[in-house]
Amino acid sequence: MAAVLESLLREEVSVAAVVRWIARSTRGSEVTALTRPQDNPGEAAALSSLRPLRKEFVPFLLNFLREQSSRVLPQGPPTPAKAPGASAALPGRPGGPSRGSRGARSQLFPPTEAASTAAEAPLARRGGRRRGPGPARERGGRGLEEGVSGENLPGAGGRRLRGSGSPSRPSLTLSDPPNLSNLEEFPPVGSVPPGPAGTKPSRRINPTPVSEERSLSKPKTCFTSPPISCVPSSQPSALDTSPWGLGLPPGCGSLQEEREMLRKERSKQLQQSPTPTCPTPELGSPLPSRAGSLPDEPADPARVSSRQRLELVALVYSSCIAENLVPNLFLELFFVFQLLTARRMVTAKDSDPELSPGVLDSLESPLFQSIHDCVFFAVQVLECHFQVLSNLDKGTLKLLAENERLLCFSPALQGRLRAAYEGSVAKVSLAMPPSAQAVSFQPETDNRANFSSDRAFHTFKKQRDVFYEVLREWEDHHEEPGWDFEKGLGSRIRAMMGQLSAACSHSHFVRLFQKQLLQMCQSPGGAGGTVLGEAPDVLSMLGADKLGRLWRLQERLMAPQSSGGPCPPPTFPGCQGFFRDFILSASSFQFNQHLMDSLSLKIRELNGLALPQHEPSDEDGESDVDWQGERRQFAVVLLSLRLLAKFLGFVAFLPYRGPEPPPTGELQDSILALRSQVPPVLDVRTLLQRGLQARRAVLTVPWLVEFLSFADHVVPLLDYYRDIFILLLRLHRSLVLSQESEGKMCFLNKLLLLAVLGWLFQIPTVPEDLFFLEEGPSDAFEVDTVAPEHGLDAAPVVDQQLLYTCCPYIGELRKLLALWVSGSSGRSGGFMRKITPTTTTGLGAQPSQTSQGLQARLAQAFFHNQPPSLRRTVEFVAERIGSNCVKHIKATLVADLVRQAESLLQEQLVTQGEEGGDPAQLLEILCSQLCPHGAQALALGREFCQRKSPGAVRALLPEETPAAVLSSAENIAVGLATEKACAWLSANITALIRREVKAAVSRTLRAQGPEPAARGERRGCSRACEHHAPLPSHLISEIKDVLSLAVGPRDPDEGVSPEHLEQLLGQLGQTLRCRQFLCPPAEQHLAKCSVELASLLVADQIPILGPPAQYRLERGQARRLLHMLLSLWKEDFQGPVPLQLLLSPRNVGLLADTRPREWDLLLFLLRELVEKGLMGRMEIEACLGSLHQAQWPGDFAEELATLSNLFLAEPPLPEPQLRACELVQPNRGTVLAQS
Amino acid sequence: MILTKAQYEEIAQCLVSVPPTRQSLRKLKQRFPSQSQATLLSIFSQEYQKHIKRTHAKHHTSEAIESYYQRYLNGVVKNGAAPVLLDLANEVDYAPSLMARLILERFLQEHEETAPSKSVINSMLRDPSQIPDGVLANQVYQCIVNDCCYGPLVDCIKHAIGHEHEVLLRDLLLEKNLSFLDEDQLRAKGYDKTPDFILQVPVAVEGHIIHWIESKASFGDECSHHAYLHDQFWSYWNRFGPGLVIYWYGFIQELDCNRERGILLKACFPTNIVTLCHSLA
Repeated sequence: MAAVLESLLREEVSVAAVVRWIARSTRGSEVTALTRPQDNPGEAAALSSLRPLRKEFVPFLLNFLREQSSRVLPQGPPTPAKAPGASAALPGRPGGPSRGSRGARSQLFPPTEAASTAAEAPLARRGGRRRGPGPARERGGRGLEEGVSGENLPGAGGRRLRGSGSPSRPSLTLSDPPNLSNLEEFPPVGSVPPGPAGTKPSRRINPTPVSEERSLSKPKTCFTSPPISCVPSSQPSALDTSPWGLGLPPGCGSLQEEREMLRKERSKQLQQSPTPTCPTPELGSPLPSRAGSLPDEPADPARVSSRQRLELVALVYSSCIAENLVPNLFLELFFVFQLLTARRMVTAKDSDPELSPGVLDSLESPLFQSIHDCVFFAVQVLECHFQVLSNLDKGTLKLLAENERLLCFSPALQGRLRAAYEGSVAKVSLAMPPSAQAVSFQPETDNRANFSSDRAFHTFKKQRDVFYEVLREWEDHHEEPGWDFEKGLGSRIRAMMGQLSAACSHSHFVRLFQKQLLQMCQSPGGAGGTVLGEAPDVLSMLGADKLGRLWRLQERLMAPQSSGGPCPPPTFPGCQGFFRDFILSASSFQFNQHLMDSLSLKIRELNGLALPQHEPSDEDGESDVDWQGERRQFAVVLLSLRLLAKFLGFVAFLPYRGPEPPPTGELQDSILALRSQVPPVLDVRTLLQRGLQARRAVLTVPWLVEFLSFADHVVPLLDYYRDIFILLLRLHRSLVLSQESEGKMCFLNKLLLLAVLGWLFQIPTVPEDLFFLEEGPSDAFEVDTVAPEHGLDAAPVVDQQLLYTCCPYIGELRKLLALWVSGSSGRSGGFMRKITPTTTTGLGAQPSQTSQGLQARLAQAFFHNQPPSLRRTVEFVAERIGSNCVKHIKATLVADLVRQAESLLQEQLVTQGEEGGDPAQLLEILCSQLCPHGAQALALGREFCQRKSPGAVRALLPEETPAAVLSSAENIAVGLATEKACAWLSANITALIRREVKAAVSRTLRAQGPEPAARGERRGCSRACEHHAPLPSHLISEIKDVLSLAVGPRDPDEGVSPEHLEQLLGQLGQTLRCRQFLCPPAEQHLAKCSVELASLLVADQIPILGPPAQYRLERGQARRLLHMLLSLWKEDFQGPVPLQLLLSPRNVGLLADTRPREWDLLLFLLRELVEKGLMGRMEIEACLGSLHQAQWPGDFAEELATLSNLFLAEPPLPEPQLRACELVQPNRGTVLAQS
Repeated sequence: MILTKAQYEEIAQCLVSVPPTRQSLRKLKQRFPSQSQATLLSIFSQEYQKHIKRTHAKHHTSEAIESYYQRYLNGVVKNGAAPVLLDLANEVDYAPSLMARLILERFLQEHEETAPSKSVINSMLRDPSQIPDGVLANQVYQCIVNDCCYGPLVDCIKHAIGHEHEVLLRDLLLEKNLSFLDEDQLRAKGYDKTPDFILQVPVAVEGHIIHWIESKASFGDECSHHAYLHDQFWSYWNRFGPGLVIYWYGFIQELDCNRERGILLKACFPTNIVTLCHSLA
């Protein structure tokens, strides 16, 4: 490999030829923008001899660059990378610090020796340079998601693969290394400490000592200073005024010590938790104590050592990037940015400036001899990728444009970037982060009718509440140190899951779980996106601008930390962690199965959604407004899909993942044999193939990547998934950014796919050799484009917001630049951006599934030449009207039938008497009478759709729609709506009527029970009533007080005044006449209390306030009060009054206690009752008769008998009888006197 | 009437071991003239119920029941017209209505062949005339009308108060032109948990979104509020989003701590309601 590079450097072959040579291995003879189509035979000859090594060139080149830069980038964020074999490392090369086995994990492009070799390497050949642990941890962190399993075992770190491992047998075993460590090809350079071959510098690293003097290198000054004149040689800018040019020798003792301490600390953390939560400290751990001790080296274009050589390498490198020959575009950019922002050379002796600028012709001298070289190289590469840069977010562009090094080295590029910045609208911002909101209860899916039994319904009711209780508790505590999900919530979750016995309950719960997941977690941070409906709009309409500002402020304060480097492991950030932990804690296979079913279904549904397609013809009319909405819709669908797919992958591969290392040899074969029998949880291969064919890769691939990122080690070895990876690889190669043409994929769409695929290729479970497979040409992929004219891929559906949301790690670029500006690694957070999708409800109408036959084909044809918005509108209207139609039928026809059922039921009950009869039987009778009426539903439904659809279509289509088009659209809408409604109605109307009637029957029967009288017609209060009457509760309370006074015990000074009693009864009348606040139980109690009061009056038991002499109520007053009561009973009570209580033994017995006994009031009352028709004579007779059976004192029984006889003997005439009564009882002289 | 926790505790302190009679209430009103009577009664009632819950078990041991019953029998033999049962309840610090139930149960056990069903007991307590023993009927009745915290009459008053405030709230909503679904409508639609009112279009109160309103005609103390949160308010939130609880008789200020989370407390109908304006565009 080095030979290729060398011949290139010696200008024996041209860059173009080299790139062609490399690319041919994968892309046939396609010509790219950066290469020229002429093939020099000499070059070809020179290269053809190297053919077998061709596929190893790219890994070699990447490793070579990393190796070369090792001395420049000892600090700052790491450049992780994963490319196999083809090491550029030379045995004992300087700058190749050795590391432990874990360190090897972090090796960029590991050499081909067995891992053990590296592991045996002296741990700290050069102590100060040792930086194994930090990176190792990060790498380990990528190994698996926290909490998932401890897969980040150190052993995994040692895994290395040959870049060109034979594609047919992609095993994890190591194949023979090529002779890459050949000393002839890679002659050692400089002083070579002895050591095992192939040890490599780590790119990941290392705390960056903070420099406090950053204020001196404010980049802003560059912007205000003249762009060009200030350039090269005479560049004593602010930077050079400082004395840091020399740079302190690195590796000074204290720094070493700190690193050592840090290393220990980290390994301790690693041991404590096998699941490092976040690798951020790698990036962000500043060491304030070192602040200012290691200043930056200024970069000077004039001091670049070997321009030509750097230019050549930069060009080859750029070409490889442009051709997608590197696995991860953004990783390479990250590396280049690191070079651009490198602070200083590590070893002073190597940065020897006088090392001949003329030594171009070999690899013997280091490629980067100084910071100047690095920056020069970086700028060269960046110039080739301006297009990508210009599509980064505005913040990154700003930082780039303001970068003083970039300005010095390429004012032209700086100018373009600045222009790009000024023209950019790609402000990626964090949207509102409201707290969790619950999934709303929808009667259609959640009410009793959707459950098999009352028990299931009520169990689910409880479960919903437990679920949210758990969620709230998690919200409150999960950030507290020491809080543990499993410990805190595990048993409660399992208890809840244990109650989900019925399969139907599981599906209900899974639906809730999935909806809540979508609501809470669509944005990467997991905070946003809770209000997916119209809520944000509502808030803005409410003028919640202040709220928005508050949230933005909060966003600043709570900006998430680093996403974990440019290649973070798959994680469950924010709220997603809750759902992951919930699944783990529940550990219920039923739940997991239902969840997978549900997730798969939803993924299929969303993936197949008819999303808007780009139509060039349409652009004048439905321009930006439409596109904004459609882009948003796409974003919502895409983010939902990614989330669902991530969880599907997590659950589906959960049983196969474990902390143990991937199996090898026979064990692996048997596992493969077994696993290949298992059908995939979701047929992702077919979905991918279809997606590619339909040119919907931009939708399908991002979620597929999420799904695959949770695959276990075996998955990529299975034929089924291998096919998928090969398809993805071909897609990756085909996404050449510089090739843009009409109908092909949009730039940002490509960028998104490159980013997610690049990320996937870095996932530890994806074999490292996979990328550099020499598979068949990508033509195979290009062939199957029998695609629709304009697939989704060609539509500008991706914007920066979505790009950064899906790939927050792209934000690491910006962070790197900001780090450079701030001069401190402390500012590592705050740049990650995320968006909140604003709607899920706008998922659009599903195309009607029912269209068959000629009419349907005609309708399809009609839409073919119309703008798609027309079709969407018609489908939408049909869908809504159809659904409304069903609701309307329910509210009218069915409601009428239910009312009929109720009256029929009443009749039944009357004829059958109190008992009613068997409810089931009643229901059958009613249904047999009513269900036939359901047939009307279809006619009514047709009429409804006919009436409603045209207006809706007309309102939604443009005014200018031609009349014929309009009427066709209306007719189709009517047809579709009718079809939909009638299909539902004919299938369900009988069941619906049955269900509603059943509910009505049970309602009626229930109401029947306790208070039959309450069912009677009730009078409301009069229209003029202002509802100022005393409240019933107040009256009951007052009367109760009187009763308690009367019954005693009471203090001597307690009593009531007759006026108070009168007032009370007056108020009672008012309350009974104003029925606003009166409820039946209150009226019942008032009635009963009034009867008790009457009894106490009759028995003269009410203690009257006043002078002791007047301790008893006057007879006249008593009669007046009784009259009032009689009138209330007669006129005002609407419920039954238990008047028979007046003659209950207890109340009559009250008379027994009075001396002398006075019967006149009782007799008076009985007579009045009869007269007013409140009680029948017979009824009273019966009551009096039963009174005789009670045990009474002798004289009392006698008097009672007399009263009884008197009452019975009297003819029903008012006044004379009373007197007669009094006269017959002369011994009660007082009675007469008082009356 | 929003009280701080300290204010509330001062009141609660005065209620320790006070019998639930009208005399006690009168004294309480004199002690805290600045508080509304309804609030005081509500607090009294709740404190007393807490007390009864704590001591309930000790009155229900068979020894205790037997001893109460014997004391009752001895008492009425001496003087059937004296408030034997009421005095007994006050003496042993138990609610008179509950004591009446206890004795009635015991009495029926002795006089009927089969153990009395709960519904029979309840019916006799509602209408003591049904009690076969006249003396006991009077005694029971006396207990019930003298108990201001327990018993069928008190239950009815509480129910009526709750109903009245719901009606009041409904009127206010109608007056403000806020359309809503009430509990009955919700139940008819098959909702599994039903707040008093769900607003068909949400409003904002003091910057908080309100989807539903629950009326509570009681004082919101810690104990009852936590029970309501668990059984009702969070359940509403779980289904309908954030909402408003009106404690008409006030609440402890410190309990209004879930505003951000979506449960807002008020002691009256809110005055500044922000509604969705359709004409903004």
